[in-house]
Amino acid sequence: MPWHVSTNMGVTKDMPWHVSNMGATVTEKKESIATRVAYGKALLELGKENPNIVVLDADLSGSTQTKFFAKEFPERFFNMGIAEQNMIGVAAGLSSTGKIPFASSFAMFACGRAWEFVRNSVCHNMFNVKICATHAGLTVGEDGGSHQIIEDLAIMRAIPHMTVIVPADATEAKLATRAIASFFGPVYMRLGRSNVPVLFDEKKFEFKIGKAQIIKSGIDVSVFACGVMVSRALWAAEILQNEGISTEIINVSTIKPLDKETILASVQKTGCAVTCEEHNIHGGLGDAIASVLTENHPIPMKKTGVMDQFGQSGKSDELLVHYGLTKEKIAEAAREVIKRKLIN
Amino acid sequence: MPFTEEKLNELKEITKDLRRSILKMTHAAASGHPGGSLSAVEILTVLYFAIMKYDARNPNWNERDRMVISKGHSTPLVYSILAKAGYYKGDDLLTFRQLGSPYQGHIDRLKAPGIETSTGSLGHGTSFAVGAALGCRLDKLNNRIYLLQSDGELQEGSSWEAIMSASHYHLGNLTAIVDRNRIQLDGWTEETLALEPINKKFEAFGWHVQETDGHNLNQIYDAILKTHEIGPKENKPCVIIAHTVKGKGVSFMEDQVKWHGIAPNDDELKKALQELG
Repeated sequence: MPWHVSTNMGVTKDMPWHVSNMGATVTEKKESIATRVAYGKALLELGKENPNIVVLDADLSGSTQTKFFAKEFPERFFNMGIAEQNMIGVAAGLSSTGKIPFASSFAMFACGRAWEFVRNSVCHNMFNVKICATHAGLTVGEDGGSHQIIEDLAIMRAIPHMTVIVPADATEAKLATRAIASFFGPVYMRLGRSNVPVLFDEKKFEFKIGKAQIIKSGIDVSVFACGVMVSRALWAAEILQNEGISTEIINVSTIKPLDKETILASVQKTGCAVTCEEHNIHGGLGDAIASVLTENHPIPMKKTGVMDQFGQSGKSDELLVHYGLTKEKIAEAAREVIKRKLIN
Repeated sequence: MPFTEEKLNELKEITKDLRRSILKMTHAAASGHPGGSLSAVEILTVLYFAIMKYDARNPNWNERDRMVISKGHSTPLVYSILAKAGYYKGDDLLTFRQLGSPYQGHIDRLKAPGIETSTGSLGHGTSFAVGAALGCRLDKLNNRIYLLQSDGELQEGSSWEAIMSASHYHLGNLTAIVDRNRIQLDGWTEETLALEPINKKFEAFGWHVQETDGHNLNQIYDAILKTHEIGPKENKPCVIIAHTVKGKGVSFMEDQVKWHGIAPNDDELKKALQELG
């Protein structure tokens, strides 16, 4: 069954995937939009609807796209300068007065630099702060290794009380932004700098915190992906389909709390799993899923992601290829786990 | 204007009760931070019993003044004063630091009422206070945000990020008080990592600065009242550097580094309580 008709999750149909020789994609007909752009627009909408929404940024409002909110609601926008620890602590203070603070910066700084404030000021206090950080992962591109955080999912999901979300495309980023605004509790949302294909049709797509979506049904292997890797997983499924392999693809946009039910139901059917993330293979989506599988339903599994290395400068698509975050690698991992399953 | 003699005596009695409670709590827990609790007794006594508006039966009353304790290790003092202010009975204060107790080693807002934010990791309260001040101002609340800082925590760089942002945002509704007891865990602040001149640093960061004797109830009161005038008038945050003595009130604890973070034993408790009368 072809993936684009096998689901009611609103995956856009008739998507012409044009695969470049870099393994990356440019679609001709379909739009490609960065998740940060969708976030910026959603924030502006939310600002109009809810006077309690306040936004903080750390001298990156142009990049994080909070500038649109800032222009419309200057009295509810706080530029905290290049001081991310304080930004997170101030967001906690604002939330104590009933505001719903969205704090944005590059993920490297909002998570990395400010981690202990996220942990102690926000999560230990259970304050209603939304950390929506952009420019995560390798697809930051030319800025290089100092800015390409590949550890954020690990360090954010390790904190009690924290919810961790990675939208796969602009549609999901928009809906997730709205969903976290009406959810009480600390949230980390990982957003990207570079354009990514629009996968989901807003009219049909439903986003629910904590719910993973099967975006293509299959029976031979489960591929769990998040963020930019969801589109790569779909392309990998096309390769595998030509080989007669039926792939199930699950968009795990909520990394924490993990949708164990959907994950286990899928692997109980397929008997093997591959995970795909634009993150270090240590501590992210792959390890989160591995925990669920080893404790509940041990099966052959392979993680794909950044192999415990720092990034470097380059174009975002080139970097994904260089570090092995491609449809080919996902397909290779799928063949491997299927083989291991059959040997068992 | 100074306190009436009656009010002054009432406040002095409270400070004595608080000191006794601090000693008993740390003694019972066999751990904790008596030194920096004893140094801030007068500061918090004036705030809770002569200045702040709050409703202990409705701790989340929107228009309350916010008391942000950034020196989160001064728990024996904070829990003792909250009990005295009526937030809870306090007949279980001696469970301090025990498993399951609401009275944590460092203040925890989710476990006991009356605490604006859990602190303990130093520097956090200052950023929090800036956020609370911004939020209260957005809501046009007629209240103030009070912030108690330790001197040692001013070594945390984030404190100065927060101090910078408070003046940038013209937080005239914020009064900070530095408990300048001159001692941190490893020794004198000036030998560990020199802080002085604290007053000039705050001034350079755009704050109104006063200095006071942190054990003189009248002086503390006057200094705080002055921030109520100056803050809104000059649209700037105000700080009071309260010169205090670590371990104040117990002769063998005063100015002694070792009493930053250890508890009195049976004999020491007995002796200390005798001194306090």
